[in-house]
Amino acid sequence: MESPTYNTKIKVGMFTFSCCEDSSIMFTILLGKYFFEWKKRIDFVEARMLRRNRTASQFDVAFVEGAITADEQIQRLKKIRSMSKLIVAIGSCACTGMPAAIRNDFSSKQKQEIEFILDRFQYADKVRKIDEIVKVDKYIPGCPMNTDVFLKSLNEIFVQFGLTPVDLNK
Amino acid sequence: MHDIDLDINLMEISKIEGHAGLEVEIRQGKVKDVRFKIQEYKRFYTQGMSGKKAEILPQFVSRICGTCSNAHLLASTEAIENALGIHITDQSKLLRRLMINGLMIRDHALHLYIFSLPDIFELDSLIDFDETDPLQNQFLHDALEVKAIGNDLQVYIAGRSVHALFIAVGGFTQIPKTDPTSLIKKLESIRSAVIRLINLLIEKQVKLNHPTTYVALRGLNNWSFLDGNIITSRKETIEESKFREHFENVVIPYSQATGYTYQGQSYMVGALSRLNINYDQLHSRTKNDLVNVLSLFPSTDVFMNNVAQAIEMLHCIDDSIDILSNTHFVEEERVKSTQNEGIGIGVIEAPRGLLFYKVSILEGSVVKGQVVVPTGQNQINIEKDIGKLVEDNLETMNQAEIEYEIEKLIRAYDPCISCASHFLKVKWNIK
Repeated sequence: MESPTYNTKIKVGMFTFSCCEDSSIMFTILLGKYFFEWKKRIDFVEARMLRRNRTASQFDVAFVEGAITADEQIQRLKKIRSMSKLIVAIGSCACTGMPAAIRNDFSSKQKQEIEFILDRFQYADKVRKIDEIVKVDKYIPGCPMNTDVFLKSLNEIFVQFGLTPVDLNK
Repeated sequence: MHDIDLDINLMEISKIEGHAGLEVEIRQGKVKDVRFKIQEYKRFYTQGMSGKKAEILPQFVSRICGTCSNAHLLASTEAIENALGIHITDQSKLLRRLMINGLMIRDHALHLYIFSLPDIFELDSLIDFDETDPLQNQFLHDALEVKAIGNDLQVYIAGRSVHALFIAVGGFTQIPKTDPTSLIKKLESIRSAVIRLINLLIEKQVKLNHPTTYVALRGLNNWSFLDGNIITSRKETIEESKFREHFENVVIPYSQATGYTYQGQSYMVGALSRLNINYDQLHSRTKNDLVNVLSLFPSTDVFMNNVAQAIEMLHCIDDSIDILSNTHFVEEERVKSTQNEGIGIGVIEAPRGLLFYKVSILEGSVVKGQVVVPTGQNQINIEKDIGKLVEDNLETMNQAEIEYEIEKLIRAYDPCISCASHFLKVKWNIK
């Protein structure tokens, strides 16, 4: 059976901070597989990897990848939180801080080597996972994110916003 | 018009991998300054490599970059094997060749279909493609299929297309266990899509002729992304191990990444450089199907990097079909080393160009590591090309149009910002 077409799609934003963006890559792999089902349900209003235009003032869901390493990122993450109904942390760096947070455990010699860069570009005192800064509604762990957990969580979100879930067995 | 003063400031360039911005200063109709700013914050992997056990280093540095992770695995593994005097088997070499072929297909497809194709159709995103328009619908379906099959090839060979699981120091921990027939059929099925893409790019894309020095690895006998010597378009040959004696790093104060020069000048790495230097080594089937296209190489048009990537996709499909059709993989032990110290260098062609690793190992652990990535090497050349593009178009385009053309140009380089940042020049004091 054909899935219905929805009048209202969920407004999704995709954001990345300090990380290797592997979960974004997994996301583009899933996008290939579920392209037409997602297109019926999702309006990607802000996704730097997918489009240039940024028109959104509000998101139903913001997917956030990466850890937070600079003061400017802390402010940006707080702003995203204030604009979003749900925040979903995707991938290990967003969920746990690691491996982006390796500098937190550096020896004093290693810290000395990187100090001038930390000063020049206003890094924060340490690297933080995102729930140290804002409330997180869902976590998709894994390095890269576990795609089964992602798909299941996305289906829960579809249901939460009154849309039918995608048949994952097709 | 010669008295134009203008400041272009692009905060966050879209449809590339990672965060980058740009400032261009134009005074009296001349480009005074171009600053391509890599804005990604560093994670300090170079420092973090110290102290890691050699055998786990590849999975650690794989996390430098999601999209090129398998290239980091291949280059760092090669460096460790060279440090410990390990010579892998011919079968492992073939498996690694298939692994990089799969990466090239998937990664180039991501760049060409998802990042660049919307520019050709004058749309913002692949998501906006109109399924009722036959041409747009065709390319949309091509995009999804080609990308998926590059992914399938990597999963088949290495267990995963991101941070692959089976490659290890000394060979592979697993070999492909299932029959490759359906994968070969899938690879065969996307050939026509890739040829369609090549023709579309040649017909529709803009041009920017701006010669530079092109640098790429060249296989000793056949096309290779993994072995050979470094060749420049100035006809010099550089051994892999001599890389750092020829390419100098340049600190760019406004960028989180390090730039590089060759004999004091900017240079370009990536698919265009590989095609310019190695087009005679392409797979015979690829060459037969692209006779007219290959006559366009060598090229000094930076936008031909897109075409070169698409040609490489076809080569990787043809090469992979050949290997998969003619090889029976058997279980074999990984090659072990009897030594636990040494210095090794690994140089490969990642999707975006030369990727260099140097590791120094003592008592089985890495004491120092050094990495040079493609986008860092291209950074200064990108700025020069932007300057040329702006001056060429200053009198005929408005600011918004120029900004859009600059974005297209940056996308043509397919910069990988995750790779380019996260490094810091470390003083290498071990001889």
